[in-house]
Amino acid sequence: MLNYVLRRLLTFVPTFIGVTLISFGFIRVLPGDPIIVMAGERGLTAERYAELEAQFGFDRPIYVQFWEYLTGVLQGDLGNSFVTKKPVWDEFFALFPATLELSLCAMVFAVVIGLPAGVIAAVNRGKFYDRALMSTALIGYSMPIFWWALLLIIVFSGNLQWTPVSGRIDLIYYFPDPTGFMLIDSLASGQKGAFASAVRHLVLPTIVLGTIPLAVIARQTRSAMLEVLGEDYIRTARAKGLGSGRINGVHALRNALIPVITVIGLSVGTLLAGAILTETIFSWPGIGKWMVDSIFRRDYPVVQGGLLLIAVAVMIVNLTVDMLYGVINPKIRKR
Amino acid sequence: MTDTTSAVTRPGPLREFWFYFRENRGAVIGLWIFAAFAFVALFGPWIAPHDPTAQFRDATLQPPFWQEGGDWTYPLGTDPLGRDMLSRLIVGARFSFFVGIVVVSIAATGGILVGLLAGFAPKWVDTVIMRIMDVILAFPSLLLALVLVAILGPSLTNAMIAIAIVLQPHYVRLTRASVMAERQKDYVTSAKVAGAGLPRLMFITVLPNCLAPIIVQAALSFSTAILDAAALGFLGMGAQPPTPEWGTMLAEAREFILRAWWVVTFPGLAILVTVLAINLMGDGLRDALDPKLKRS
Repeated sequence: MLNYVLRRLLTFVPTFIGVTLISFGFIRVLPGDPIIVMAGERGLTAERYAELEAQFGFDRPIYVQFWEYLTGVLQGDLGNSFVTKKPVWDEFFALFPATLELSLCAMVFAVVIGLPAGVIAAVNRGKFYDRALMSTALIGYSMPIFWWALLLIIVFSGNLQWTPVSGRIDLIYYFPDPTGFMLIDSLASGQKGAFASAVRHLVLPTIVLGTIPLAVIARQTRSAMLEVLGEDYIRTARAKGLGSGRINGVHALRNALIPVITVIGLSVGTLLAGAILTETIFSWPGIGKWMVDSIFRRDYPVVQGGLLLIAVAVMIVNLTVDMLYGVINPKIRKR
Repeated sequence: MTDTTSAVTRPGPLREFWFYFRENRGAVIGLWIFAAFAFVALFGPWIAPHDPTAQFRDATLQPPFWQEGGDWTYPLGTDPLGRDMLSRLIVGARFSFFVGIVVVSIAATGGILVGLLAGFAPKWVDTVIMRIMDVILAFPSLLLALVLVAILGPSLTNAMIAIAIVLQPHYVRLTRASVMAERQKDYVTSAKVAGAGLPRLMFITVLPNCLAPIIVQAALSFSTAILDAAALGFLGMGAQPPTPEWGTMLAEAREFILRAWWVVTFPGLAILVTVLAINLMGDGLRDALDPKLKRS
């Protein structure tokens, strides 16, 4: 097992270097002179240009520049935002909890509905429930989520007035946010109605972001269950006289979960991509909205640093999923 | 050479494919919708009742015909600038269709070539290629596409290039995996013994036998491409107004969602139906092409 962990960790290193190379190269392939872009000043004189060149380190050989960038990254130095002048690293971690909270809620939503839906479909293979659930799942899988968000806003915020359209909590509430998770902080603040307000703000974004993972999990659970239900040990269990609830719920589902867990882990990239759209539509102050805003404001250090940090976050999650997979399924360690 | 004298002949590959494809009713429905979509995409400007960019200023935000205030001049209503929704949707089909075709062609061609190379090249080249693909896959696809478009400048062409780059690693992985499996087989060894050169081995001996999963992937990435291009358009990084691209139309209509439901509903519905049809078709393709699922 240790061998497997080490081997898997080793493949992390070249990918990490590649990811840093891309984010390092990003600012250098922008159209126009990167120094003029980064300076953001008009009518640069030759001296000022040379000064800035030295300041940004562009006068040194490219490999020295990359080395400095890499060592900076490892020390948490990603430069400062053009707009707010604050370190990119600090901004990222200030906004990250909002995205994490939304993504976790979306994932819980997807798993809580997707898993049972997949099991029910598999057990009723070919019958009405299977067809209905799988058709719905395919629609969810094909859904343009930015449109789905607008539809939900029309119905639930516009017509029914049940949920707010944007933000994380009503402006009348103000309290310290030690964890950054609005659900926890609003509960801890003890203010009346704060938690309910946070929940109301969270519902629509959660549904929107969770829709595609939900569909994927339902489809994956169904096919994994179908595969497992054909195995000999299920027949043995049935022959022993076990009830179908126990067979489906315990014997089959446990083994069907292995591929499902992988799918759940690998949806993290999809979730973050979805967060870009969801956060933009619901004005959710997280990483996705931050990135889109920065791209429009041409705040290149933020785009560069955010790109890198998001990729590293995805890589860490994938690595963890691989490790977990090794724990659940011993066969994979030997590869 | 087909043996026409024997009573039972093996059906041609296309026929066999159709036999299995037809069994999946959803796939056949998907195929019909896709055919209609392709037809509209090709002949859109001749079908559309109005010019998609013409602004009828005395009929802005007119509802669809079945609602009060709507009429058959603009069957699906008009947008805030008084442009006919139906005409814009019809002409918009060609952008999505075009995006799908171009993205899949670029991504598949590039991915297959690189995948073949990785499968046949020495180990270290393979490792380098696959690590590069890992790097691309580490970024959430839409984010990478967004950043690429930010570098290249927002336009539909650049959006297509960006999406193609993002989708390419899937083809590389798929092709490489199939090549690795096929290379071990006896027919490849015998071709090699018979003196087939590397290009012949790659493109004529091995590639045709790797195509089934690639075709399925092509169908699935066709729908991904349409969705991503629409998402980029929605974020203002894809096709630019007044292009009647469906995602861009949604972005333009956003501020009117609570006043005029139709300007938001129809473009999204068009995207959903198209993507759904392609995914249905993709499922059917997988059933028909995956030898493991065949019962023969």
